[in-house]
Amino acid sequence: MSVTVIYVPRDTAALAVGADAVARAIEAEAVARGLALKVIRNGSRGMLWLETLVEVATPHGRVAYGPVNTGDVAGLFEAGFIHGAAHPLFHGLTEDIPYLKKQERLTFSRVGVIDPVSLTDYAEHGGWQGLKRALGMHPARIVDEVIESGLRGRGGAAFPTGVKWKTVLNTESRQKYIVCNADEGDSGTFADRMLMEGDPFSLIEGMVIAGLAVGANQGYIYVRSEYPQAIHVLNTAITQAMAAGYLGEYIQGSGLSFHLEVREGAGAYICGEETSLLESLEGKRGMVRAKPPLPAIEGLFGQPTVVNNVLSLATVPLILARGAEFYRNYGMGRSRGTQPFQLAGNIKYGGLVEKAFGLTLRELLYDFGGGSATGRPLRAAQVGGPLGAYLPEAQWDIALDYEAYAAASAMLGHGGVVAFDDTVDMLRMARYAMEFCAIESCGKCTPCRIGSVRGVETLDKIAAAQMGRENHITLLRDLCDTMLGGSLCALGGMAPYPVLSALEHFPEDFGVAAPAATQTV
Amino acid sequence: MDTPVSGQDAQLREIIERHAQRPGGLLPALHELQSVLGHLPASLIGEIASEFNLSRAEVHGVISFYPDFRTTPAGRHTLRICRAEACQSMGGEALAEHARSVLSCEFRETTADGNVTLEPVYCLGLCAQSPAISLDGQPYARVTPARLNELLEDVSKAASTSVAGVAP
Repeated sequence: MSVTVIYVPRDTAALAVGADAVARAIEAEAVARGLALKVIRNGSRGMLWLETLVEVATPHGRVAYGPVNTGDVAGLFEAGFIHGAAHPLFHGLTEDIPYLKKQERLTFSRVGVIDPVSLTDYAEHGGWQGLKRALGMHPARIVDEVIESGLRGRGGAAFPTGVKWKTVLNTESRQKYIVCNADEGDSGTFADRMLMEGDPFSLIEGMVIAGLAVGANQGYIYVRSEYPQAIHVLNTAITQAMAAGYLGEYIQGSGLSFHLEVREGAGAYICGEETSLLESLEGKRGMVRAKPPLPAIEGLFGQPTVVNNVLSLATVPLILARGAEFYRNYGMGRSRGTQPFQLAGNIKYGGLVEKAFGLTLRELLYDFGGGSATGRPLRAAQVGGPLGAYLPEAQWDIALDYEAYAAASAMLGHGGVVAFDDTVDMLRMARYAMEFCAIESCGKCTPCRIGSVRGVETLDKIAAAQMGRENHITLLRDLCDTMLGGSLCALGGMAPYPVLSALEHFPEDFGVAAPAATQTV
Repeated sequence: MDTPVSGQDAQLREIIERHAQRPGGLLPALHELQSVLGHLPASLIGEIASEFNLSRAEVHGVISFYPDFRTTPAGRHTLRICRAEACQSMGGEALAEHARSVLSCEFRETTADGNVTLEPVYCLGLCAQSPAISLDGQPYARVTPARLNELLEDVSKAASTSVAGVAP
């Protein structure tokens, strides 16, 4: 009898609901029943309400059971789940679950499918094809291919990845660096973490290709310390890639070399800002640098440096393997390709949804998300992290596209969506945005360091005021204007977005009549 | 302030010297020293500074900038509760309030019996399964006040049965 293969995720999202115990229970139960089976610890499929999602390989494909707790394991064996039998937790073929079937998974094509640290699995699922092609290309041609794909920085700023690479390529230096920004500190985001834990070789391959393209032989992945599992998986994958000749000297027999190292952050949110990250990598306080000079010209240790987000780099192998045209055929306008959206907060079916740009928030929140987790009406959604705007229902039909969002004074950012039901107090959320900015400010520029503290105080006055709220609101708008225009980086420069959007769209929570903008002092 | 015992001195010196050779090695050095000692005692700053060719003020500046680094010992267990937006949308603030109340301590403080240090964390990347916490580095999702009580009881039991209060 052949050995049945069972998949139990080792993604942090699964570990946090007891996946390790489920894996142990399955193995113990198999031994007790004298059954031969193999448990593979995969990444997560991203349907996080179903974790721990256990999959069984059957002749017809992988079938899913979830959410599985240790108490369900004996019953699953009893029902014959190792043959894909019916059970109350049975969801049929994993790939046919509508949430997954409706997606367009390019960057996440392997996540949850393969054993993350198996070089064989990676190669069998299209891995290393991009690098293979890049090794035969002129560096400038690799850069052009990335430019033509239309790929823009997935960390939130949406700067064209290839254009950044071109600057580094064209800057003369004996030493250049590739830095991966894996300091995914924004609430509502977990795509970088899932990718690193579920398909680390794609990030490694992307960084090697970036190194070839710009002439860098050293890379660093700066991962936040809150992600220990991602750090562990990356280190394991790097060791294996070294041994197999995909990292180190003479990559795949070529004359090129690329060394890669994981560096752990230390709990500072600001280190997700690229210049602060570079300071931190150099072993200093994570103080933001003034730009210019751009990191592409004077970055890590003063040398030309590519700083890219995890997903930007992990998408590069696919672009090289399938061609720029393939990737840019997805999406709309100037937002090309796909975006791994993250549905989070008060949402029934939270998880990862990779789709071409152009769908709407309403589709995400209802067609995928199924509405709120609490069953109450949804009231607001924050898109793009703690520095992103709060969108009221009236804005949920705007296409998810960088330019369309910018036109609505919102930010698509990294595609993180946090949903709130009608119990949310938007004044309190606005206060939190200022408080968070005050806690995490590096302190270098005054608008951010002092402005955020004054913002908290002013919002407290608005909350407490019996009369004269309008005066405080005028002051708050003025303060936001100073922060927007005068801050050194996006922390102080964008913290006003959640504040102003809350005030604009939910003025009743601030004790003023709608629309707030027309109130006179 | 604890001074590292002499048996550890060689180990600590080795860590500092090894990382001082690496570009940007100060953060990795501090992480490793803290993993050995549980905190970064002021008595180490001089040696770190001289090995990295920095001033004591610069080393202190780095340690004090990053929330992960602590200069005093933590409790036997560290409970980190996410205070960010996604967790707030699912009752994270009530959970945080519950933790302060049952532990009778504030955030960034340790319980009177030295068992639990309570810390805020701004996102554990479990935003679709809020509210989230981590206890001694183990992540837990969809944590209710009742579930938090269970987890805290488990670590209290472990503390009372162990021979000495060994840091996890």
